[in-house]
Amino acid sequence: MKRIYVKEEWCLGCHLCEYNCAFANSGQKDMATALKGKPIYPRIHIEGKDAVTYAVSCRHCADPLCVKSCIAGAIARTDGVVTIDRSRCVGCLTCVLVCPYGALAPGEDGAMQKCELCLQNACGAPACVAGCPNGAIVFEEREAEA
Amino acid sequence: MKRYVIIGNGVAAAGCIEGVRSVDPEGPITVVSAEPRPAYCRPLISYYLEGKAAPEKMNYRPDDFYDRTGCRVLYGKKAVSINPAAKTVTLDDGEALPYDALCMAAGSAPFVPPFEGLDTVPEKYTFMTMDDALALEQATETPKDVLIVGAGLIGLKCAEGLSGRVKSITVCDLADRVLSSILDEDGAKTVQTHLEQHGLRFLLGDTVVRFDGRTAHMKNGGTLSFDVLVLAVGVKPNAALVKDAGGEVGRGIAVNERMETSLPDVYAAGDCAEGEDLSCGRRRVLAIMPNACLQGRTAGVNMAGGNASFQNAIPMNAIGFFGLHVMTAGSYTGEVFAEITETGSKKFFTQDGLLKGFILIGETQRAGLYTALIRNRTPLADIDFALLRQTATSAAFSASARADMFGKVV
Repeated sequence: MKRIYVKEEWCLGCHLCEYNCAFANSGQKDMATALKGKPIYPRIHIEGKDAVTYAVSCRHCADPLCVKSCIAGAIARTDGVVTIDRSRCVGCLTCVLVCPYGALAPGEDGAMQKCELCLQNACGAPACVAGCPNGAIVFEEREAEA
Repeated sequence: MKRYVIIGNGVAAAGCIEGVRSVDPEGPITVVSAEPRPAYCRPLISYYLEGKAAPEKMNYRPDDFYDRTGCRVLYGKKAVSINPAAKTVTLDDGEALPYDALCMAAGSAPFVPPFEGLDTVPEKYTFMTMDDALALEQATETPKDVLIVGAGLIGLKCAEGLSGRVKSITVCDLADRVLSSILDEDGAKTVQTHLEQHGLRFLLGDTVVRFDGRTAHMKNGGTLSFDVLVLAVGVKPNAALVKDAGGEVGRGIAVNERMETSLPDVYAAGDCAEGEDLSCGRRRVLAIMPNACLQGRTAGVNMAGGNASFQNAIPMNAIGFFGLHVMTAGSYTGEVFAEITETGSKKFFTQDGLLKGFILIGETQRAGLYTALIRNRTPLADIDFALLRQTATSAAFSASARADMFGKVV
């Protein structure tokens, strides 16, 4: 299955992925209308230290702890993609407590959000990858190590 | 064909069913469900009272779960004994269910101390099941004064759930602080102050010595009038069936990392079981939902002849009250590192170069990185722990560790 991978040596730390993500999931047609002057709640974020930066989003683990821990049964793994039914989420943050990658955070309404690879929105493929100006985020098939 | 019996129908049972089916698609599974409903998300009952969880969204699995997994569910039935020699479970209606592999996923029951005069209290409840929540909902249709005995996780979530529905809530506890099982003194003080700002009243280091109808006579000499009483003193694992059958039981049913009890072909999972806590190296009942699911699945895989092991269980809780989020994990031993920020506080406990536990209040971003340090026993010498204490970020790890996290299939 295709997943998102990052190459930290190529990341500029420009945060464009965060904006592209927030826009892709806004359901709106115009980026300025969707994001300008508003706090954004992207499902990918930049972390880093000193000169190193990189983007963090859901790893779509083969054996996801968030799915097994969600007290509301709101997170599921279907065909390898870990998705969240936000209408069931009560915002207890148990998924934040167990995700070893720091890939989940609350959205504007308090319900949790996570990367769903843009498969549910109008993009159909990860907007962060398409918009990364330096090829630091890729969407590709990689072999699991034995 | 192997026959499976599961006693209990909560999250551990659901995990067990999925575990069995991941190995054996066919062997018949019988689920003995004391509660008259499919597995539901038990921690949501307080959110139900609060109006934040709709009943149709509280089931733990999709509606076709038992059909799809080929389970026969006996609703409203209770197991009364296990015969490990004959390999049968006897139900309260006399039926004997034969098993080749059995899982005890019977959960726990509210512990109700023998308070003097408790029988004179007209409206008293516990808070453990959906039925309890429905009964409390009905009892608070008109504004009431509520007394909750027990300032633990259950008592306080119940208080939050009821707070918009009732006139007043008083919570008493023999312990001198709230959430004494997961918080230290500082943390408890912060949470208590926050709860008081939301209208809860506390009587700590105090408990009821005698009830007289709607009056509670307290140990410290006071009296208190109430309409509705909620007993949330604690819970006790439903371990009696295994104990009576000669199995090893501590506080809960003793299990190893494969979820095997001391009885052959009998497994246990969830709140009734007692497995090793990695953070302290002792066996403990870890009555939390992630544990129930993981233990249940482990038991199920092994029951069906697979090979699963669950070795890194630790206590952990994410719990919020009126917008204040608290996360705790592990054991509070060793050297303490405290970080106070504008929005909250973090406290870390380290021993032998490992993170053993933490308490986070109002500062919970990406806390799973901390949890993973405990569960993976990551040597703190390998990471920038000073940075990590301030900010939960994988930037505190080595480049090669990050390459494993973000460049590989995980």
